[in-house]
Amino acid sequence: MTTTTEASAVTPVVATRKLTYVKAFNEGLAQAMREDENVFVAGEDVAGYGGVFRMFDNLLDEFGPRRMIDTPISEAALVGLGVGAAARGLRPVVDLMFMDFIGVCLDQIVNQAAKMKYMFGGALSVPLTITTASGAGLGAAAQHSQSLEAWLAHVPGLKVVMPCDAYTAKGLTVSAIRDDNPVVVMLNKVLLGSAGEVPEEIYGIPLGRAHTARQGSDVTVIALGRMVGEALAAADELSAEGVEIEVIDPRTVQPLDTETMFASVRRTNRVLVVHEAVTFGGLGAEIAAQIQDTVFDYLDAPVLRIGAPFSPVPFSPVLEKAYVPDRARIAQGCRRLLERS
Amino acid sequence: MAQRASTTSKKSPQVSTQVSPPVVKDLHERMVRIRLFETEAGRLMEAGKLPGFLHLYVGQEAVAAGVMAALRDDDQITSTHRGHGHAVAKGVGFREMYSELYGRVTGACLGRGGSMHINDLTRGMLGANGIVGAGVPIAVGAAFAARYKGEDSVAVTFFGDGATNIGAFHEGANMAAILGLPVVFVCENNGYAEFTPQSGHMLLTDVADRAAAYGMPSVIVDGMDAIAVHRAATEAVERARAGAGPMMIEAKTYRYFDHQGVKGLRHPYRSDEEVAEWKSRDPVDLIEARAVADGSATRAELDDVWRRTREEIAEAIAYAEASPLPDPADLLLNVYSG
Repeated sequence: MTTTTEASAVTPVVATRKLTYVKAFNEGLAQAMREDENVFVAGEDVAGYGGVFRMFDNLLDEFGPRRMIDTPISEAALVGLGVGAAARGLRPVVDLMFMDFIGVCLDQIVNQAAKMKYMFGGALSVPLTITTASGAGLGAAAQHSQSLEAWLAHVPGLKVVMPCDAYTAKGLTVSAIRDDNPVVVMLNKVLLGSAGEVPEEIYGIPLGRAHTARQGSDVTVIALGRMVGEALAAADELSAEGVEIEVIDPRTVQPLDTETMFASVRRTNRVLVVHEAVTFGGLGAEIAAQIQDTVFDYLDAPVLRIGAPFSPVPFSPVLEKAYVPDRARIAQGCRRLLERS
Repeated sequence: MAQRASTTSKKSPQVSTQVSPPVVKDLHERMVRIRLFETEAGRLMEAGKLPGFLHLYVGQEAVAAGVMAALRDDDQITSTHRGHGHAVAKGVGFREMYSELYGRVTGACLGRGGSMHINDLTRGMLGANGIVGAGVPIAVGAAFAARYKGEDSVAVTFFGDGATNIGAFHEGANMAAILGLPVVFVCENNGYAEFTPQSGHMLLTDVADRAAAYGMPSVIVDGMDAIAVHRAATEAVERARAGAGPMMIEAKTYRYFDHQGVKGLRHPYRSDEEVAEWKSRDPVDLIEARAVADGSATRAELDDVWRRTREEIAEAIAYAEASPLPDPADLLLNVYSG
């Protein structure tokens, strides 16, 4: 606990009460809608029903059907609606419910939203926010449980954020809406009901800045989304064994704040990257490669990755539990790293 | 809901009536501008001067001219990979268009987009699009924005017969209908999806039949007759502007050149006789005959349009050729905002 990173210094607001992750998201969205008349929400069951995860509860009451729009189950047209409206100066928030559904609208995200500014010579911006719920853990099986951040982070023009707790759910959502680029907000389904301290006022968390969630000297654990909590739990376990791990939450995976990671590696000399997504072709590979490109000489062991096996997400709870990385696997990974010298 | 008019006939000998001389002259000028822009672009491509792909619009001029003459500058359009005609008719300048085809930094996209991404927000041109059908939902979004902001502009989306087989078209049509948005769907049915004839990609004769599935009125028009297109577009645009929701226009038209480039040699997918038959009802010839016959314009006036346009195009090409190329140091410009 000796250094303060730049990223951790950007959260001056003092929290006064606890709020669940989903309510923090909801509050941030409502405040962003009050802040800017151009913000509207469109999606399946977002208005009348309040969203299948209650993400949009009560917003219809306050903002009415002009700004809360229930749409058909038509993800391509939904994202396209957002692209066209954003090109005309609005700031749409479109909800894709489950992240797995992006497969049916990837053209509008990848070929339209992400590239329009560049292809049009900078003539316009696409300030579109896409909200969706990712991750396994609810027994929702292979078509409702994926973490597909690597697909999106690979596309120039998109930004992708992965809130790990209630505080970041609100702040990253507000920043996504205020940002002039298409941003995908990957909420995590398992975290929806988890509570944390959340300031009442509106605040943004800078996109592209990592947060050092815990400082330590022995291993750097770079954890995405829900894995931040698992890594912090692993840190408690390891601390009892006399091992202090540093936990870095990128918060935004595109753009990725590698400088904060490099600085940490220079201090700890060992790195573990953990994410829910399958390991193969996941962001762990990108992060490991960048670390080796830049701070190879500081490494006392090869960068270790922990992710899901190369399989669709299974249904049966016993299989799903074995599939998703957890605190035990993270702790074990750290021990393995420390055994090498 | 308006009844669908049964006016389709690609062989119709009659040119429609009921438009004023200034409108006839306006349609003519827009069509000549497209025709010359495109034939010169084809010549430049044949000469090896242009990089990339070139999807020419020649033959379909009546559709772009007829629709765009019914629009205001603040009305929005989304276009297709065959988008030059729409851009020219919407008022995008020759200089920035040719410069873009040449990949110059003075181009409409600063040389980053090329033929398939020409746009001009000041003219409501929301871009050509390299993905078939993708412009449909984007136009729906533009129409949504207009209504959200309390403006009375409309959005027009152009697409081909082939695009009506893709999901984005169907989703966009249903979305526009259920939200009651001011969108005009213009199908330029040129009979071919790339090199596949319509009979090979759908069992329908009329694409307009698809509108009924979304509770949307539709009309079929002779897409070689700019006046017929213009009248249908005027009705659809006024309807949308008045808040009556979307409508579809199917314009039966024809593409003189190949899907890409000027003349493809590998795949004889259509006969010379078929091409000749359509060319016998050339849309530019038709409007000129009509203009002279009814006194809307003299032959000399029409010739003057060609002359002026040729001069403007020659100047624009010279401008493009003299323009600087983009600086590779600026490769990453505009990937992100801010």
